[in-house]
Order: sequence, then C-alpha cells, then structure tokens
Amino acid sequence: MINLVVLPILIPLLIGVVLIFFKEYKNLQRILTVSSMLLVLLASTTLVYFAYADGIQTLALGDWPAPFGIILVGDLLSASLVWLASILGLVTLFYTYQTFTAEREYHYFHSFFLFLIVGVNGSFLTGDLFNLFVFFEVMLISSFILISFGSKKYQLRESLKYVIINTVSSMFFIIAVAYIYGVTGTLNMADLSIKVGELYEAGNSGILTVIGLVFLFVFGTKSAIFPLYFWLPHSYFAPPAAMAALFGGLLTKVGVYTVMRMYTLIFHHDQLIFNVLLIVGGLTMFIGVLGAVAQFDFKRILAVHIVSQVGYMIMGIGIGTSLAIAGTFYFLAHNIIVKSALFFFAGATEHVSGTTHLKKMSGLLKTHPYLGWLFFISAISLAGIPPLSGFFGKFALVVAGLEAGHYFVIFVSLLTGVLTLFSMMKIFITSFWGEVKFPDHAESEKKPVGRLLIPILPLVFLTILLGVAAEPFFAFSLEMGEQLTDPSIYIESVLKE
Amino acid sequence: MEILMIFMIGIFVSVATYLILTKSLLRVILGVVILSHAAHLLLLTLSGLKLGSPPLLGEEAASYADPLPQALILTAIVIGFGITAFMLVLAYRTYKAHGTDNFDELRGSEDD
Repeated sequence: MINLVVLPILIPLLIGVVLIFFKEYKNLQRILTVSSMLLVLLASTTLVYFAYADGIQTLALGDWPAPFGIILVGDLLSASLVWLASILGLVTLFYTYQTFTAEREYHYFHSFFLFLIVGVNGSFLTGDLFNLFVFFEVMLISSFILISFGSKKYQLRESLKYVIINTVSSMFFIIAVAYIYGVTGTLNMADLSIKVGELYEAGNSGILTVIGLVFLFVFGTKSAIFPLYFWLPHSYFAPPAAMAALFGGLLTKVGVYTVMRMYTLIFHHDQLIFNVLLIVGGLTMFIGVLGAVAQFDFKRILAVHIVSQVGYMIMGIGIGTSLAIAGTFYFLAHNIIVKSALFFFAGATEHVSGTTHLKKMSGLLKTHPYLGWLFFISAISLAGIPPLSGFFGKFALVVAGLEAGHYFVIFVSLLTGVLTLFSMMKIFITSFWGEVKFPDHAESEKKPVGRLLIPILPLVFLTILLGVAAEPFFAFSLEMGEQLTDPSIYIESVLKE
Repeated sequence: MEILMIFMIGIFVSVATYLILTKSLLRVILGVVILSHAAHLLLLTLSGLKLGSPPLLGEEAASYADPLPQALILTAIVIGFGITAFMLVLAYRTYKAHGTDNFDELRGSEDD
C-alpha cells in the first residue's frame, strides 16, 4: 500500500469537488459524504496499523526524493490523529443530520465539511512547512465558511473577528517560513531538523530562538494559548452545536499538533522555548478555567474550557520528556473525544429546553434521564475522575512533571483540575437537578432526544474504553513518546539515509 | 537592493499595523491585505535577491535563481486572494445585518 498516506486527503477532496455539482440532491449528498468518511476511517485505521507494525510510513509525491519534493509522513502521532479526526467527523455528520435545517444542506455544507477534513488530515500528514501552511489555509477557509453558516447577527459579528485574527496569524506564518527559509534554505521538516541542529552547534542560536517564538505566536493563535485565546470563547459560541463540537474537538487540536511537531522535531535544542511553553501552558490552563468558572451558559463554559485544556497539552510539551509527550497525546485524544461529546450534549439540552443559559433551566434529569447520566460520565471524564480517560492523561503529565522537577506548574494543573470539576458540576447541578423548569416547558416535557444521543454514544463508549482498558492504549502512547523525543527516527525514515 | 526591499517591507508592515488597529471594518481588511503583501515580499527578499538566469534546464545551469520562493509566493498570493474575497463578502453581510462598520459598535457578547 504505497499510496496509503495520501488517501485520507485524496478521498474527501475528490468527493467534495464532485458534490459541488449535486447541490440539489440532498440524499445523494448525505450518502456520498458518509461513505467517503467511512473510507477515510478505513484508510486511517490501516495507516495506524502499518505505522505501528512497520514504522513510519512516507510517501514522496511525484517520486521526487525527500528534501526537494513534497513528502507526506504518517508516523504514530499523525496517523492516530487522522484516525480520531475521521471518527469525530463521522459522528458530527450524523449529529448534523438530526439538527440542521434542510436549507443549510443545500448550501454546499457537505463539500465544505469534506474540505475541512482535507485540511485537517493534510496538516497532520504533511512533512513540509509550506504545505502545512497550505493545508492550514484549506482548513481555515472551510472553517470560516462553516462558522458563519446561517448568518445570524451574532454569528456574523463573531465570525468576522475570527476570520481577521486567523488571517493575520497566517500572514505571520508566511513571515516565519520566510525567516526559516532564509536561514536554512529548506522547508522539509526532517531536513530542517538536521540543519537547525547544525546551526545550534555552530552557536547561531539567537535567530533560531526568534524564529521559534514567531512560530509559537502563529500556532499559539490557532490553538488559543494564554495571551492569544481571546477570540475563542465568542467564536465557538456562535455556530450551532454540531459545528462547535467539530471546531472544539479538532481545530484547536491541529494547532496543538503543530506545536508538538515543531518543538519536538525542529526546535528541540532550545531550553528557552521549552521554558516559555511551560509558563504559557500554566497560565493558559489557569486563566482558562477561571473564565469557565465565571460563566453561566452551557455552551460558553465548554468553549472557555477548551482554552484551559489546551494549557495542559502545552505544559506537557514544555516538560518535554518522553513520558510527558505520551501523556500529552493521551490527553489530546481524550480531549478530542470528550470535548465534542460535551458540545453535542449542549446541543441536545438546547433542543430540549430551548436555552443554553443555566439559570433558565433545571430538572432535566427527571424528564430525560439518559441525557443526564451520559452527560455526567463525560463531565467527570473531562475533570479527570479515575476510571475514565481524563484521569490517565493527567496522571502521566503529573508524574512526568514531578520527575522533571516542575513542581509549581504541576500544582497549578492540579488546582485547575479541581476548578474544572467545580464548573462541570455547576452545569450538572443547575440544569439537571431540582424542579423541572425551562422556558418552553409545556410542549417540550417529553420532547424526544433519543436520536440526538445516538452519535454521542460511541464517544462516551470511547472515553470509558480509554479509561477502563487504559493499558494497551497507554503502551501505544509511550511508544509514540519514544518516537517523538528521538527525532532521528523521523529523519531517517523521511530522508532514507 | 536588499536594504531597499527591507525598508519597503518595514513601511508596508507599519501601514498594515496602523490600518488593522483602526475601527473601520474596510480599513482593517485593507490592512490585512497589505500585511500579506509585506509577508510575500519578505519571503522573496530573505531567500536571496539574485540576478541569475531563469530556472530553465540547460540555460547556464550554474547560476540558477532559486525557483522555490517564487512558487511559494504564487501559492500564497492565490490563497490570499481567496481569503480577501471571502472577507469582503463577510464584511458586507455584517454591515448589512448590523447597520454599522465600526468595530466599537460590533463588540460585546450579548447573544442575539
């Protein structure tokens, strides 16, 4: 399977282009989109298997050898993230079919959804900085369109800010690419890793630290780290729940992935950058969770929580040992699954009660018990209660941090965990306990919510599975940690030396 | 030549920063466009301005100009066009919906 690595990009791209011509045929669009996502899932499962069994999979496009041509790389990290992205894409599609009005689907929704998947998968799989930029843009343009879909007043206003902030940070991406091309003369990540290492040995570290920090600004804006997160809570509140789940689960995580890739592969010589990552990570998670504690709106709490969870991952990358990287990946996978499940719950609650404001609803547990208890499982999983997946990611990060001697930031992360539990329980207590009360109470007493729960079930199942059967998954993450902290493995398999 | 280019890029970036920090919607978008041009020029300049021969096989093979930055800039310009067009349309819709193009009146978090 020599072309395996390109399939998760190629399939949605082709189907997405074809679907533009079948705008009027709703059922055909649905069938084609779902089947192409199933194909992507199949391809990425195979990719994970081969990446695990045979080592890193690479594909030189057009058969140009590595530092000159465009190369796609499927190592354990990128392959498993592509797998998670396709799972999430699939459940989001099913959720969308339950909640979207028919009018939306006639406006090229499926094509842009597939192009978003193209961008996300491409960013994970590419081995070249400029192609990373291109796939980032494909992803961003699709997300611009999906986030402003429906054109409500609030939505237009917030998506405009989202578009401008992301475009400015993309321009800084080009500036950073220009600098690093000027200094090293290459854009292939494996080749960059070697050349940057040589420059550090020659003592030219100043300019490289600057470039590393410009890249941190770019990827930090995309992944919403501490001083650059201000756009996120409003923008992710604006679109409907299905889109918020897709964005909250995937887009910021692409930013985190690029931070992981850049600072484990290319700039791993520079202790200064790792210290910056640690400090920024600590600030991000603490300030994010403070924002979440202060909110009284279901969706907004979840949106602000994304910031705090990104902080954990940045902290893990800042610690930088192989155990910490393994913990970061475990937390990343857990967060992709649980965060989107929680956004789906927000959508289901809104569907039932007609509001997302916590003070306007209560007693949902009496009318919709399954919704309540499934939400409870996801909420305590997000907070990191032991038998569920959130615990193991945090546990590995804490152990790694203590081993490396970063006691203060670990203390902050534990405090953040407590506050996370507090704010999730606030949602559970105010909206699910107590007397039955919500705005359109009378006619929605028994509004069925069962079909909305179907796409959530696989996600809840995955978070339980990642917690109860943590050992094989954790062994997988540990191997990934080893692979990422030793860049020579990546370099050898890309450059075939 | 490099010095001149760097000065030009600096002026572009300052103009773009000024425009992005203003309150008017259209000026902000123009600022983003100018910033993108500054970035493209920077990419061209940093990869070496050179009076070599065109990158064609067989024509003075020793003195090729580096073709890669030009390819990169071409791609970036096309992406920039797309985003600019989308931003203008979005700004127009926002203007129609809110009846203002002033960012002071577009801020806040009321849910309507």
